[in-house]
Order: sequence, then structure tokens, then C-alpha cells
Amino acid sequence: MLKFLPRRLLQLVPTLFLVSVLIFGLQQLLPGDPALVMAGEERDPAVIEQIRKQYRLDQPLPVQYFHWIKGVLTGDLGESMRIKQPVARLVTEKLPVTVQLATMAMLFAVLIGIPAGVLSAVKKGSAWDVGANVFALWGLSTPNFWLGIMLIFLFSVQLGWLPASGFVSPFEDFGQAIATTVMPAFVLGNAIAAVLMRHMRSAMLQAIGSDYVRTARAKGLVERTVILKHALRNALTPVITLGALEFGTLLSGAVLTEQVFSIPGFGKLIVDAVFNRDYAVVQGVVLVTASVYIVLNLVADVLYVLVNPRLRDQG
Amino acid sequence: MKTARLLCGFAVGLGFAGAALAQSTLRIGLAEDPDVLDPTLARTYVGRIVFAALCDKLFDIDEKLNVVGQLALSQQASTDGKIVTIKLRPGVKFHDGEPFNAEAAKFSLERHLNMQGSFRKAEIAQVDKVEVVDPLTIRLLLKAPFAPLIAQLTDRAGMMVSPKAAQALGDKFGTAPVCAGPYKFGERVPQDRIVLERFKDYWDKDRVFIDRIVYRPIQDSTVRLANLKSGQLDLLERLLATDVEEVKKDAKLRLATGTELGYQGITMNIGNGERANNPLGKNPKVRQAFELSLDRDAINQVVFNGLNKTNNQWISPLNPYYMPKYPTPKRDVAKAKALLKEAGVAMPLALDFMVPNNPESRAVAEVMQSMAAEAGFDLKIRITEFATSLNEAEKGNYQLYFLAWSGRTDPDGNIFSMATCSGPLNYGRYCDPTVDELLTKARTATSSPERKLIYEQAAAEILPKGGILYLYHRTLLFAHTTRLAGFKVMPDGLIRVTDLKLQ
Repeated sequence: MLKFLPRRLLQLVPTLFLVSVLIFGLQQLLPGDPALVMAGEERDPAVIEQIRKQYRLDQPLPVQYFHWIKGVLTGDLGESMRIKQPVARLVTEKLPVTVQLATMAMLFAVLIGIPAGVLSAVKKGSAWDVGANVFALWGLSTPNFWLGIMLIFLFSVQLGWLPASGFVSPFEDFGQAIATTVMPAFVLGNAIAAVLMRHMRSAMLQAIGSDYVRTARAKGLVERTVILKHALRNALTPVITLGALEFGTLLSGAVLTEQVFSIPGFGKLIVDAVFNRDYAVVQGVVLVTASVYIVLNLVADVLYVLVNPRLRDQG
Repeated sequence: MKTARLLCGFAVGLGFAGAALAQSTLRIGLAEDPDVLDPTLARTYVGRIVFAALCDKLFDIDEKLNVVGQLALSQQASTDGKIVTIKLRPGVKFHDGEPFNAEAAKFSLERHLNMQGSFRKAEIAQVDKVEVVDPLTIRLLLKAPFAPLIAQLTDRAGMMVSPKAAQALGDKFGTAPVCAGPYKFGERVPQDRIVLERFKDYWDKDRVFIDRIVYRPIQDSTVRLANLKSGQLDLLERLLATDVEEVKKDAKLRLATGTELGYQGITMNIGNGERANNPLGKNPKVRQAFELSLDRDAINQVVFNGLNKTNNQWISPLNPYYMPKYPTPKRDVAKAKALLKEAGVAMPLALDFMVPNNPESRAVAEVMQSMAAEAGFDLKIRITEFATSLNEAEKGNYQLYFLAWSGRTDPDGNIFSMATCSGPLNYGRYCDPTVDELLTKARTATSSPERKLIYEQAAAEILPKGGILYLYHRTLLFAHTTRLAGFKVMPDGLIRVTDLKLQ
């Protein structure tokens, strides 16, 4: 049944190799010399020279790549030039933060987007439909950083209900964890909810107009059952795929939202590293994110095969 | 029974919570995340703010920029200026309980001098040898007299680290720094927080009133202020000039200001590559015309609500080395035009003006562009990301470069590297052997009046012909809640945590 799996696993090797070359190569295109940035305000030539030597910046690119990839293969992602901490440690510190934020954002997106999409399809042309469409338009067109700052002003500065920024782990203090994540998660989830709502609506409309729904109605089933058990179930498949993709994007870090709410996640880590030309951090984090994405894709493919018997023989 | 046990547990829990609440915590909002917390390897301004609570130095500065003892009690230079004897404070302990003495001071200074990757080496490179005279006295033997030495020891080069911890951790010392400041290292979550705890055995513990300090990097200034207003922070640095009125209007907030040690200026490409071959780079008269086309006060008024201190020198008018004999020239468009005519320049003179990407710099550049246009300069503003701009400056790919310097306690730190022929920060490659000689002489002269005289002679050359057009000194802007008492802005802009109280 999963005959294709060994082949797909083998395909991972050249894919990851290509990704690593791309990450390394694209970064070299960034203007600016990391040694100059790292040398502090004084920029003493001896110090610059020393940094170049220490981080092998004075060596040809293939040599630099070889040293990096050799480390990666042994589990060493290198060390941050700026704060002198292992990149692997930074990644393991930031990953739970990003996962927590992404999960809550998805929760918001699903809780808002799916019911709104269903409602708007079932009551097509009604005030509900218009309202849901307006919401979708708002969600898609509102910039995250603006919405974030507005929420901070309303709920933190004016009302004083929620902390304006920061991050608390749920294992440390569950209440505080929710309080610090709710605003940024809403900001992120809001935009995704809009996308999910639009897809849910069109998938539902298609399902409602299909023969099996007509048959179900002809059998005399209650409308609620027709919608929830027959139409929704089938309409959900493309929406789930979309949701999974959006979740993957969230895991790679929500740069602007993390900046506005000062959340120490992947997005903030990458942006700061790019501005500081902290190459090892950029390479390490992007490599991890890309690998997670590739593996998630593989998992999705496996799941499709398990769910859809028609795909089993095709591999 | 079960209920009683539960109640008991709850009461104990409450007791702990009460104890935790009774601890006072000062939360400070920083504009950036500091780099490594090792005084030898650190290089950022924001890192120095954290060090001010973590690592005491041999010397410090007071509000009037005088050097005062911190871990040192006194210093005495020999008549030829080549030997400096420093008496150390007795009864000082590092955070790990190790004693601070002459051996520890020697170790720290030698670490700054010899450690691979040390950023302090250049600052105290004139120190040839460190000798222990007695348990509380060290002697620094210099290669040549070096007047800025003690001023260097008021910053990271003067920070003392525990030899035991430094030897154990090596280049990982920054992950758990052990110094002799009022607060000891607690924890660090990069990009989220740095937590310091009160050090009970601090030598000046009677002036420490807060139990814990949490530094939180929040880059966006609007969000930083929102955090202060919502009570998530008690103090923040680098408030925007445009937010000053908002802070003043808020009854729960206080504004604190000071003038920076550094300056904001325009580096002009005089001799760095092909792009220096233009009338501005080659003719000092054109540079003078450019200066006369600008109205520093108007720039200050328009962009900074008049908060900054306009000036034409590398040190502010509040500095003892300020030279009143060179007042800031007023804007004079007619004279600027006449100078350009005299220099035979075809107008408009187009110039590539590289400006780092931040809102205030962009605004200043635009105001300057319209002012200079009236005299015949056509400034082509090129907004460039900071790291890229450094590279471009180094390569000479610019004609005008808008650049700030954070400033040093001694005037040497604001001019030597920028105006000497081989100075690492001399991006315009301004080079005058007379100036080199004078600035080197000012380093070796031992008395302040003598040094001031030498700087005046150097300024006579540098100000009309040099590679940097000084514009203003920024006002250091801090905002804090009314809960915080005892906060004073120091000239170096670093937050001193002793004497601070939370009400």
C-alpha cells in the first residue's frame, strides 16, 4: 500500500541537499559584510580580520559550505556570531513559542472561518452571507501590524485587560500563556479565517448543488443532517488541505506579528539574524523550517493515500 | 482529612505567591536585543546598558562627565605618563563569592588584552604590562603615555570579571557572566528577556533597593511606549522625539532627558575611491558652501521638535573640551552660492546621499535636500539598509553618508579614528599629516588644558576642510512610570540602577 514510501524517502536526500545549497547561496547574495557588522562601532581592522578568520569568511564559498554542511550532518548547526549561543539551542527554544502561537492562530481561524463559510453558503444571498463576505474582505485586507497595534492600544493601554507583549509558556503559567498569546493569535488567525471562510463557502456551495445532497434531501432527511453530515463532510477536504498549508506557513514564523507583540519566535529570530548578518542563525533556522515543511508534505502525501483508496495503486 | 490537606497546600501556595509578589521587579524596555554578555567580546551600545547593572568597572563617570572611582579608589600617573598605579577598593566580591583583588584585576585586564576576538584590545592597546604591586594595588606599564586610558576604564575595558568563572567558561563566559556589579546574572531568553537578581554581597549594597531587573527588547518604539503605558514596563530607553508630547501629557509617566556623548553628522567622501572625484570631495570651499546651505536649527525644529543640541564639533557644548572659539555657522545661502561660483562649480551639483533606513534619518535627509537645493546642490537620497551602508561606506561607494556616532567619554574617542589618515572609521579618507600629528599629541599630553589647546589647533584644520560635517547631538530620551524614583540620565546614556526605587 505504501510502496511509494521508500522512493519518496530517497527523494528527500537530493531535495534537502538542494535546499541547503540554495539557503547557503542566496544568503551570500545579501549585500553587506558580516565581519563589518560584527566588528562593533569601532570597526578595528585587526578585529575584522580576526572575525573573518574565526568564522571562515575569508575562505572560498565551497569550503565555507562544506564546513557548514559537515556540521549540520553531525547535528551541529553552528553558533550565533552575535550572542555566541549554539543555533540548535536557539531553534529548540523558539520552536515551542512558534508552535504555540501557530496552534492558537489556527484555532481562531478554524473557529471563525469554517462556521462563517458554512453559514454564508447555506444562507446564500442573505444578510449573513453579505456579513461573512465583508468579514472576509476585512480579514484579507487588514495589515497585521496595524491590527496588532490597534489591539494593543485597545486591550492593553485603554482597557488594561491583556499584556501588551511578551510570551509565557503554558507550562510556566497557563493563564498568562493564554493572555499573552490571544491578541497575536487573533491577528494571525483573522487573516487565515478569511481565506478559510471563502474556500469553505465555495466548497459548500458546490456540495449543496451536487446530486448526493439532492438525493439526501429527497430521502426526507432533516436539513441539518443534510448540511452537516453530507455536504460539510465532503466540502471539508479541500479546506483541510488549505488549513494544513497555512499552518505550515505559520510555523515558519510570523515576522510582523512577532515584531509587534515582541514574541521571541522563529520570525523574529530570522529577521534579527538577517539584519545582523548572523549567517549561522539564518542558515540553521531556514534549514530547519524547510525540512519541517518537506517532511510535513510527505506526511500529507501518506495521509492522502491512507484516506483515499483510489490513490493507493498510483503511488 | 483530604480537604484539610488541600487547604493547607493552598495556604502554603498563597504564602509562596505572597513572597513572590513582595519581590520588587524593575522592567526596562530596550530598543534592541543585546549581543553577547561578555565584556571582552561585547560590542553593542544596548549591551552596555545591561552591563551597567551587571559588571562594575574600575572607574565610572558622574553626571558632569568627571571620572570617579568604582572598583578602583584612586589612580596616579608617573611624571612621564608611562606608569599608572591604581589602588583598588577593599572588601569587594564577585557574584560567585570570589574576592576582587589585584590578581583578579590583572586577570581581567589581561583577558581584555589577550583573549581571541577581544573587542577591548584596541581600546587599551597602549597597556604593555599589568603588574601586581600588593593585594590591592596594580600598576599598568604603558608603551607610550595615553591620556584617554582612564576614560577607557570607565567602560567595558574597565569591567572586572571573576577569574574562576572566566577560566571555567572560556569564550562561553557570556552565557553566564560573573562580575562584581549590583546585580547578578539570572537568565537570558534571547530576544525575550534578560533577568538579573540583586547581589546581596555587593560592596555598595545600601544603594540597591530593587530585587530584580528584567530587560525586555522591544524594537518598535510605538509598541515600547504602549507597553510602558499599559504597565508592562517601568522604564524605557530611546523614546522617539515625536512621542515626547504624549509622555508629557500622561500623568502616570515621566520624561527624562540628557545630551548624548556622540553626534550625528554627514561623512563626505574626500579620498575614498573614484566617487571622491567631484567638486565636493576635492575642494574644501564646496564643502563649506554645503555647510552654509544648511540650517541646523531648522532641521532640529522640524524633525526633533527642537530637542537636540545643534553643533559643529565632535563634542557637545556641555563637554569640558568644547571649543567656543568655533561657533556654529548660521545658514547663508548667498555666501554658499558665492563660494560655489568661486570654486567654478556647475550648478546644480548632483551628489549621492546615502542614508540608513530609519524614519528620523529619512526625515532629516529630506529637509537637508530641500535646503541644499536652494544653494545649488542636488542631493540624490539613497535609502540603504544599515549593514549594507557600512559596506558601501567602506568601499567608497557614496558621496555623502548620514552617520551617527554613539560617543565616548574622552574626546579622543570621538575624533581619532575618524580624522587620522589610517583611522578605521575614516570612511571619507580625509588625510592631513598635521592633523594626525596633533591628534596623536593630544593622546600623549597629560594635562587637560594642554590637550584642549591641541584640539583647538586640530579643529582649525578639521572643521573647514575635514571629512565630517557635524550637525547635532541627540537628546537621550527616557520615559518611566511615576512608580520609579531616583532615575537620572547619565551622559553616556547607560542606566545606573543604584539608588533606583519602586514606589
